[in-house]
Amino acid sequence: MTTKQKRLALILGGMGVLAAAVALVLTAFNQNLVFFFTPTQITSKEAPIGRVFRLGGMVETGSVKREGVNVSFRVTDTAQIVPVTYSGILPDLFKEGKGVVAQGTLGDDGVFRAKEVLAKHDENYMPPEAATAVERATKAREMASKTLKQ
Amino acid sequence: MARTEQQSNDKFAGRWFWRYAAPAAFYPLAGKIEKIGWVLAVVLAAIGLYMGFFVAPTDATQGEVYRVIFIHVPAAWMTMVIYLAMAFWAGTGLVLGTRLSFMMSHALAPTGAIMAVVALWTGSLWGRPTWGTYWVWDARITSTLILFFLYVGYMALSAAFDDKKKGDRASALIALVGAINVPIIYFSVKWWTTLHQGSSVRPGSSSMATTMLWAMLIMTFAFWAYCVAAAMHRLRTQIIEREAGAAWLDGATK
Repeated sequence: MTTKQKRLALILGGMGVLAAAVALVLTAFNQNLVFFFTPTQITSKEAPIGRVFRLGGMVETGSVKREGVNVSFRVTDTAQIVPVTYSGILPDLFKEGKGVVAQGTLGDDGVFRAKEVLAKHDENYMPPEAATAVERATKAREMASKTLKQ
Repeated sequence: MARTEQQSNDKFAGRWFWRYAAPAAFYPLAGKIEKIGWVLAVVLAAIGLYMGFFVAPTDATQGEVYRVIFIHVPAAWMTMVIYLAMAFWAGTGLVLGTRLSFMMSHALAPTGAIMAVVALWTGSLWGRPTWGTYWVWDARITSTLILFFLYVGYMALSAAFDDKKKGDRASALIALVGAINVPIIYFSVKWWTTLHQGSSVRPGSSSMATTMLWAMLIMTFAFWAYCVAAAMHRLRTQIIEREAGAAWLDGATK
């Protein structure tokens, strides 16, 4: 091996070892790198009880109830549901059927008391006309499946 | 050592590489690339910004605020690409001992750091109206902030040595070690739950309206052209600084 090949091997080997070490560390810390817990994780008691954590999922359609500044809604990941209460101003993008991340604590009654509510945006970017078209198509599909079931 | 260079010279590609590895040979070529880069950057940015602000439609959920992606996404991509390029040239410099490789690495760092700042800053301005917060410590945003610190650390370390050769080698290690962070940034939205949304553009597919995507891609090329031009300009300055007193330089800079 020439000096240059030795140096190249040393650098590539070092990078390989480093990558493996980082991979191990990240796997070990996987739980702590989670930005939010899903309703399924909360029902299966994976979330820390009595400590502040974040809950993430979709705002269930038809679940938002407002009384002044007090809001209550349910967060779903289509498998499980967690009820949430919050008092304060919601972000503009907070909508039923859209993503949400709430920070707070889980009470013994299973209700999540949020101190902060953030809207989570998805990766879809489209003009309003396209959005209406997508909505119409989804509704038509739902109607069709309902009709077929009857 | 001399024998290996001789062997490399026998291969066509090797000969080409070694010729332009000499600062004296690359200096005029860098000047040409720089000029082309500036022209492309201005023309593409004009087209891209016009498309982004006047042709691309309003987003259905976010309204007008989404238009920040025409700056945010290209800047975020560039900061990752530039770091990899910087690490590549630092590694090449360590293996081959070529002076120009280290200079290339140094020339890229400030532009990469600027791109990281632009990505974080525009993202923060977008986050306030969209998410409801300027800043969260999620995996994507935190790892991008770490990338910015790596750029700063790289520049600080290379400047901390009076002996430029020592500075080159020490900072090259930061560049190489930090390169591990780039795939972490890229895949962070996939590996962990983050507030930052997933990738809209993946190889072979995209979840964006066509005109939006085109405006963003044209802006990305504009950013590429700008970064290449800025790096070439800084490289020429570095060559002049480090080769001061060389006979060829007097003729080249006249």
